[in-house]
Amino acid sequence: MKTTPLTPVHESLKAKMVDFGGFYMPVQYTSIIEEHNAVRSSAGIFDVSHMSEITVKGKDAAAYIYNLVTNDISTATENQIMYSPMCYEHGGCVDDLLIYKNNDEDFLIIANASNTDKDYEWMLNNAYGYSVKIENVSNEYGQIALQGPTAQTLLQQITEFDLDTIPFYRFRKNIDLSGICALVSRTGYTGEDGFEIYIKADHTEYLFKKLLDLGAVPCGLGARDTLRFEAALPLYGHELSDKITPLNAGLKSFVKFEKTDFIGKSALAEQAQQGLDVRSAGLEMIDRGIPRNGYELFNESNDKIGYVTSGSTCPSLNKNCALGLITLEYAKIGNIIYVDIRGKKLKSVVVKKPFYNKKYKK
Amino acid sequence: MKFTKNHEWIKKEGEYAYIGITDYAQKQLGDIVYVELAEEDLVLQQGDVLCAVESVKTAAEVYMPVSGRVVEANHELEDAPEKLNENPYDAFLAKITMDDESEYDELMTEEEYNKFLESEEE
Repeated sequence: MKTTPLTPVHESLKAKMVDFGGFYMPVQYTSIIEEHNAVRSSAGIFDVSHMSEITVKGKDAAAYIYNLVTNDISTATENQIMYSPMCYEHGGCVDDLLIYKNNDEDFLIIANASNTDKDYEWMLNNAYGYSVKIENVSNEYGQIALQGPTAQTLLQQITEFDLDTIPFYRFRKNIDLSGICALVSRTGYTGEDGFEIYIKADHTEYLFKKLLDLGAVPCGLGARDTLRFEAALPLYGHELSDKITPLNAGLKSFVKFEKTDFIGKSALAEQAQQGLDVRSAGLEMIDRGIPRNGYELFNESNDKIGYVTSGSTCPSLNKNCALGLITLEYAKIGNIIYVDIRGKKLKSVVVKKPFYNKKYKK
Repeated sequence: MKFTKNHEWIKKEGEYAYIGITDYAQKQLGDIVYVELAEEDLVLQQGDVLCAVESVKTAAEVYMPVSGRVVEANHELEDAPEKLNENPYDAFLAKITMDDESEYDELMTEEEYNKFLESEEE
């Protein structure tokens, strides 16, 4: 299993460690619910060093990325970040990415840890004809996510740089954080305000401990999952996959059909024109029970109409909810859907996403 | 009190026995947020599913340590499932009558269970 620069810290904090996509990662330190609540009420820090960093540089970098992903990077300014699915020709997703634009010839792409090798190969294979240099620099960097309503106040204590000058989905490089040079972006995966911080691998431990000393609560992947789930943020392998297109996942706003071309455009345009067969919907349990990934969904007549892609109790809402991939005609707000939980058909209702209203600072 | 390899405990009290999950089990599960209680009056064989306990992360089935009939489910846990984390040996899941006490006698003692846990960790 791969480790991160923070593995010794997790062990010294007696975290419960698990294999996550080939990485030895903390699932919780004390309690998923306590860690979840810390992020909603104050500030939590996560080791997200397992995420991959891939740089795309060269004269054609902007044109290459324009073709590679569904979102339109040509509209991004310097120091802006864009979220985008990256699709196969058939419209299914290779991955979903954050794209950091330094300038038209220099981008940083953040991908899901378990997809790194696949993404990197896909990116190389689609670089033919473009003057670009693509490098997987994941091992050189550590990444810490600092999330929660007090994240900015806390981070401001270790920098003279005015963090107010970094708006939502913007970043700045070469920020001095307690003597360490960092890239700081106002992004995250929790539905709260906060930052993702990129530093050299061997500076990660110092910064993580510094933030702990200032009172940030260490949070594991368990809380990261419940937080992103409440905010209905998609997770690759669940809401998105090589078989689930961005349109099925409800990510149409990140698919720019007005672009002259991009990989997967014709398949996605055809899907949009023909109408979706299934789409992602939010479900809230009416009966008692917790829906889980893979549980089957039924209509009133007991026909199977889909399955749960992610399901959990929602610690901030005191509800049990699910994201499900559902036959289109049933994915309407207010519709009753039955979840098969250990052989019992339990009642749920289709609700608006997200379950938790995101508290971004825009 | 006796123990199973699935991390249930069972305690004989007069003509009844109480069943719960061990401290090790609750620690492995983490925050317990829901209990699907056993159905009262249900007759079950040793090893049958008795009920389910769910933490934030996972759902875990609890099995009958011995054959018997469910007399009572602990309804207190419906609104306070966290009691399984706080006091795993007080928070019983079900009260049963046993069919065959020899099944109980054959289960692990506390000492045997602790040794079993050590061997699991290795």
